[in-house]
Amino acid sequence: MSIDTKTAGRVAKLARIKVEEADLPALAQEFTNILGFIEQLNEVDVEGVEPMTSVTPQRLYRRDDAVTDGDQQAAVLANAPDAREGFFAVPMVVE
Amino acid sequence: MSDLMKLTLAGARDALRAGETTAVELTEASLAAVAASKPLNAFVHDTSEIARSQAKAADLRIQAGDAPDMCGLPIGMKDLFCTKGVATQAASAILDGFKPEYESTVSQKLFDAGAVMVGKLNMDEFAMGSSNETSVYGNSVNPWKVDERELTPGGSSGGSAAAVAAETCLAATGTDTGGSIRQPAAFTGITGIKPTYGRCSRWGIVAFASSLDQAGPITKDVRDAAIMLEAMCGFDAKDSTSMNLPVPNFEAALTGDIRGKTIGIPKEYRVDGMPDALETLWSEGRQMLRDAGAIVKDISLPHTKYALPAYYVIAPAEASSNLARYDGVRFGHRAKLEAGDGITEMYEKTRAEGFGSEVQRRVMVGTYVLSAGFYDAYYNRARRVRALIKKDFDDVFAAGVDAILTPSTPSAAFGLGEMADADPVQMYLFDVFTVTVNLAGLPGISVPAGLDSKGLPLGLQLIGRPWEEGDLLNTAFALENALGFNAKPTQWWR
Repeated sequence: MSIDTKTAGRVAKLARIKVEEADLPALAQEFTNILGFIEQLNEVDVEGVEPMTSVTPQRLYRRDDAVTDGDQQAAVLANAPDAREGFFAVPMVVE
Repeated sequence: MSDLMKLTLAGARDALRAGETTAVELTEASLAAVAASKPLNAFVHDTSEIARSQAKAADLRIQAGDAPDMCGLPIGMKDLFCTKGVATQAASAILDGFKPEYESTVSQKLFDAGAVMVGKLNMDEFAMGSSNETSVYGNSVNPWKVDERELTPGGSSGGSAAAVAAETCLAATGTDTGGSIRQPAAFTGITGIKPTYGRCSRWGIVAFASSLDQAGPITKDVRDAAIMLEAMCGFDAKDSTSMNLPVPNFEAALTGDIRGKTIGIPKEYRVDGMPDALETLWSEGRQMLRDAGAIVKDISLPHTKYALPAYYVIAPAEASSNLARYDGVRFGHRAKLEAGDGITEMYEKTRAEGFGSEVQRRVMVGTYVLSAGFYDAYYNRARRVRALIKKDFDDVFAAGVDAILTPSTPSAAFGLGEMADADPVQMYLFDVFTVTVNLAGLPGISVPAGLDSKGLPLGLQLIGRPWEEGDLLNTAFALENALGFNAKPTQWWR
């Protein structure tokens, strides 16, 4: 399957990674090569095989629905590129 | 004592307990060796202050007679482990300046056992790579050198392997998603084990592909692997995939007696273009295990060929989801914005600036295989194939096989930069023998076996039954004894 530049651009947009227009053809070619490699999987008969979700057949255990942590505002915000008045600050989202 | 850095973990532990050296002496020797290893670019964040205070505390514990095995032993920490108050970047520009407010479970366990952290170690960005060439810190260099070329130490735990092979620290932590402990261990002539998925808590380890990632030790020999793995393992309520099983005494399992064990040799692991030296070592390994009393038999793992393509769907898919958190809001790098830029521009510019090209490529491949209309064709198909790969192993174990012997890598280390113009898929092929083990969640260990025609180390891999790391380590111990590999690189970097 060949990936065109339009598809490459759409994938970059979905991944929220800015890719310059001029770089899209090379990216599309790389995708084509990698997907070509992946397409070997079509040779395998997977009829009736369940997709694996976990290598260990264990049910995720549950814990009590109780507060176990908190009062960590300063630690949570310590690494933020921009934190103000106890919040993460970002460019305006709603006009 | 002279040449403290030549000691193994076990040797240093015994010397500490006998009062022949101190944790402070060991740590100073390690820090000096680290400082002299700059040309290898293995260490990327200095933690000497922490190391010195941990060493003092360790000496007090040893004097008080309260010394676990790892107490006072200098180790390196892969940059993927969150270490409280210490830069943790996963070798990525997008985590520039990030200093976690918490400690990963594995590093905490090692510190609780008294281990001394002498520095953070280089790696491929977000553990995505097989050569340590995708790191924001630049390449780490293999201590092994046979001509003018600088060689890759492998990846993604390249800095960990280089640091231990160069004897700058006694051991190091690694992580393994598709071979990232075993392949660099093989490329640098040392030992590395990836335990069963769920043995080590993933909490606080920067996530790459959560259904495949496991931590493990990179060490000088099998005994050390047993000692350090035991300190790293154990149930953790903070990781929902962590297994609530007791951790056995792995070192006590090392009897070297493998009489009556059945070792499988999978015919699918014989690939075109495999160097003669590797073929020879593999058949010598078979003979050695037979001589030690094991039953060696040919087996088939029919879906082996499809492991790499399945991996390159599943790992990027999980990575694209895990790496969505790097958005310039909560931690790490945020791009400078221009007037009129909104939140979408902030995300897109931040991620374009912060992620290197291999990470971008994998995030986008992952995004594609998970996107509407392709999810079934790629992602679900890959997960079905993964189930078949695991069934291959289940079947041979059910037929009585205790461990499987394979080469660790298809060749010895290559030169840094030599794969720069190659298709990314060519680089992926270095994981062909290791990636099946991650897909099936099994324990796997690489032990150094010998040298190729140029004088570079090659490794053999043993794959074990789930949760039977003790038995696997013992088989590796028997193989190690028979192989008698003791070659070391010349210290050209000093």
